[in-house]
Amino acid sequence: MRNIFLFIRRYFNFVFFVVMQIIALYMLFHYNRFHEAAFMGVANEWTGRVSKKFNNVEYYFHLKKTNEELVKENEILRNLLRQNFEGADTTLKVLVDSLSRDTFGHLRKYRYRDAKVVNNSTSLQYNYITIYRGEKQGVHKDMGVISPSGVLGTVVYSSSNYSIVMSLLNVQSKLSGKLKKSSETGQVSWDGKSPFYLTMNSLPKSVPLAKGDSIVTSQYSSRFPEGILIGTVAEIIDDKASNFYTLRLKPATNFFAVEHATVIENLQAEEQKKLEETTKMNQ
Amino acid sequence: MSDLVRNTIRFILFILVQVFVLFQIKPLHQFVVPYLYFLYILWLPFSMPRMAATLLGFCFGLTLDFFTKTPGLHAAPCTLIAYLRPFLVNILIPQEGADKNYKSPSITSMGWAPYATYVLILTFIHNTYLVFLEWLQFGSFWFFLGKVLATTGISLMLILITELLVYRKEKFRTNTV
Repeated sequence: MRNIFLFIRRYFNFVFFVVMQIIALYMLFHYNRFHEAAFMGVANEWTGRVSKKFNNVEYYFHLKKTNEELVKENEILRNLLRQNFEGADTTLKVLVDSLSRDTFGHLRKYRYRDAKVVNNSTSLQYNYITIYRGEKQGVHKDMGVISPSGVLGTVVYSSSNYSIVMSLLNVQSKLSGKLKKSSETGQVSWDGKSPFYLTMNSLPKSVPLAKGDSIVTSQYSSRFPEGILIGTVAEIIDDKASNFYTLRLKPATNFFAVEHATVIENLQAEEQKKLEETTKMNQ
Repeated sequence: MSDLVRNTIRFILFILVQVFVLFQIKPLHQFVVPYLYFLYILWLPFSMPRMAATLLGFCFGLTLDFFTKTPGLHAAPCTLIAYLRPFLVNILIPQEGADKNYKSPSITSMGWAPYATYVLILTFIHNTYLVFLEWLQFGSFWFFLGKVLATTGISLMLILITELLVYRKEKFRTNTV
């Protein structure tokens, strides 16, 4: 027994070092569970606050670009307005299904909230974006986030005033996408190599495909409404050994200059999830 | 300025520079990630107890991890180099007692060649361990090898620039042994 104590005292530094290493590695490999840990919340608030300070300066330099992007988005939305659709023939009327927008908001499926991007990285393998809107403002885990020009990512953690969004440029990110013209679905991910390209897998070779085709969010993803632009096909890699294409996509979002984001809440996601889980349990 | 104040200021500066300057640089290639922050650990004073240095290395790495949202990824290599640092200093210090006469490792206190070796070895260990931890989760062997070499090269270049730009006062102190 005495020898054990002597041993520990003699190699105390080494033992201490090993303990620190184990703590660090434990945190790294239990990352997803670690998200829920208490002090991550505090740390998130603090890093968010520091990032906000820096963003106040940096924001100024992006104003022109941000403005252009928002004007373009406004133009698209204005084109969807009802008063644009009018004919001389009075029998020709554009009807909007009033059920989908009743005053109680019962049947509303998606709710949009704007958010300011305060921190963003593109040079790492695990890129995250910090937005200035948290649980107090109704942002929770697993909500979709879009930029004015396309999909940005998914919320993975939110503290009271800030949220962390896993960017599409993260090797762990996975998103269901589909070809806009023929509705074939596939999996969009990132290979960690170039931040200018995303990868899309499991699109069958029977699909007619050309460079420049749009890839949009599919109906299978519960986080995003159908049809939000993810990117356009930049290169078609024809792997002879497989029946599926591998596509390289040029992302629609400019990840280097995101200033404003929109968080999408799916109000019916819980019901869908519950139903799917009961089906799984009954099997 | 006392050691405590100086090192606290350096702690904050190194983290801010790494997060808001170096990580904001637009990526040139997947291998090129500019890491400079660990120079803080190389600059810690000689007199720091080994255990305190290890703990500080851990805290320093973890602070950066909270900004990049990867808890543990930078903390593990920082702990490793903070622990290995005294061994290297003991081997490389040119004359007896130089670690008592000077405050911290630098060109003046250790000499050109030993200081360069010290920086090279610790940079290489840090980057190898860091990329290895990334590689465990994804990527190929060529990714590992290429990234280790590229990041080490970039880090050494950044350290050289920092050494030239930042003047650290290193006074020779007598009667210390």
